[in-house]
Amino acid sequence: MHYCPGCGHSIIHKLLTQVIDELGIRGKTVIVAPVGCSVLLYNYIDTDATEAAHGRAAAVATGLKRAMPDRVIISYQGDGDLAAIGTAETLHAANRGENFTVIFVNNAIYGMTGGQMAPTTLVGQKTKTTPFGRDEKWCGTPLRMCEILNALDAPVYIERVSVHEVKNVIKTKKAIKKGLQYQIDGTGYSFIEVLSMCPTNWGVSPLQAAGWVKESMVPYYRLGVFRDRASGREKQND
Amino acid sequence: MGDRVLMRGNEALCEGAIIAGCRYYFGYPITPQNEVPAYMAMRMPQIGGCFLQAESELASINMVWGASAAGKRVMTSSSSPGISLMQEGISYLAGAELPAVVVNIMRGGPGLGNIAPSQSDYYQSTRGGGHGDYRTPVLAPATVQEMAHLMIDAFDLADLYRTPVIVAGDGVLGQMTEPLVLPEPSQKKLPEKDWVVDGAEGREARVLMSLRLSPQRALEELNIKLKKKYDEIVKREARCDEYKIDDAEYVIVAFGTASRVAKASIDIARTRGIKIGLFRPITLWPFPEKRLRKLAENRRVKAFIDVEMNMGQMIDDVRLTVNGQKEVYFYGRTAGMLPDEDELLQKISEVAR
Repeated sequence: MHYCPGCGHSIIHKLLTQVIDELGIRGKTVIVAPVGCSVLLYNYIDTDATEAAHGRAAAVATGLKRAMPDRVIISYQGDGDLAAIGTAETLHAANRGENFTVIFVNNAIYGMTGGQMAPTTLVGQKTKTTPFGRDEKWCGTPLRMCEILNALDAPVYIERVSVHEVKNVIKTKKAIKKGLQYQIDGTGYSFIEVLSMCPTNWGVSPLQAAGWVKESMVPYYRLGVFRDRASGREKQND
Repeated sequence: MGDRVLMRGNEALCEGAIIAGCRYYFGYPITPQNEVPAYMAMRMPQIGGCFLQAESELASINMVWGASAAGKRVMTSSSSPGISLMQEGISYLAGAELPAVVVNIMRGGPGLGNIAPSQSDYYQSTRGGGHGDYRTPVLAPATVQEMAHLMIDAFDLADLYRTPVIVAGDGVLGQMTEPLVLPEPSQKKLPEKDWVVDGAEGREARVLMSLRLSPQRALEELNIKLKKKYDEIVKREARCDEYKIDDAEYVIVAFGTASRVAKASIDIARTRGIKIGLFRPITLWPFPEKRLRKLAENRRVKAFIDVEMNMGQMIDDVRLTVNGQKEVYFYGRTAGMLPDEDELLQKISEVAR
């Protein structure tokens, strides 16, 4: 057991493993798990996997995919990893249209290190390093990665989903499946942002955490499809 | 034997890598190694390989991780500041025991320094430049021909010991053009890559990682395993070259470009009756201590002169090896100011007086 009660990772892991089985790709999948709570992923998934240094998952995935274009490469990253230390790798892999799938778990905090401000921490949100709440004048506003990547030409599929309630859990599974199917079809770069709970570091109960996603995160991080080029839908949310 | 060709050092190393079977190159521009990515950008598509310009050296070395994890022969190149950026990745590669070849065409430092030839990354290369308890084999060519030939050995060492390998050249070797005979592909028998993560079809899933959280002793066990491997490398892989050493009373120790200047000074010194020769490490780590110790123990040898294109780094290894048995003197220039034949000659005269 590595994950805390009420953590969203376990739900997302389960969805991912279900999709891998449904698509029958267990034998051709390689997952990249970088630094943060997501590094624990290979304990729970029976596919080949590799670690990546903090922030470098997109570069490792690039190397894997370029070397094995017929394999399914999944980069599973948290918010600190993908949107702070790994922003450059994220942006450039997306901009090259690398044909792999990114699952971006956004829980608005650093989990593994004990609850520091993430690039996605909301304004006013209290963390270990924003004890008085995130001050936008001092450290900027939270990054909306779907919106940022949606400014690039190359990505084919960008969607933001959430696992705070059943309805959205089902949508999350569909999004993961679509992203992987696009990769299998050779369509190009897909990016699925999953809003998730971190009750331990938010200092609330699992139930309250789910409620906080709905009340605080979803209004700032709009759910929905930003781009689905393969199905002809572009910027549906705009 | 192949035909003699005329090539620039930075391009010769690329051809050496290609002959070694390298089909993946990831890199980022930095002087004085820019001919490497330019050459690979042209050659890789011709031979069905992959050249990709990364967004940074951090990305380069981690793309290298990806292709290596897939079981492919892969390399990157850079120069000193860029190699500093790669150290995190090299440490991870060492920890996960992934083979890769990293070429460092050294330039002057610290910091941005300048773009001129230097050997001032000796410490960084030979001590395990990143964090943690590890070493990397370091090969130091002294000619354009060696730039090509040592690439064959670098890839073999990387695969044989599952380790990143550093090829340490400098701006002179990278930029200069010399005739050479290209190497033949290696015939070395190498272990099967039974650790590759390419999809777990019909087998148990594999994980490549440097992380060892539990049980409590897991990381120490990895470190002990790595140490055993490094001991094996020290025992088997040390290499050196010698010049006019048989009757030498004085021995210059120098590698790479510095060794070429030393040869010139040695020839002149010998016309003046000074019996002096050259000891040239080809592997900087493992340092060829066994042979050097023999020279230190030899009663004929009176003193050593360590010559480097830095302020004196390899001299630590020379002193450790000589172990106080003989005097070790130093002469060095750095950051593009090459060792000067006449200055070195003067040093030799002082020492031999």
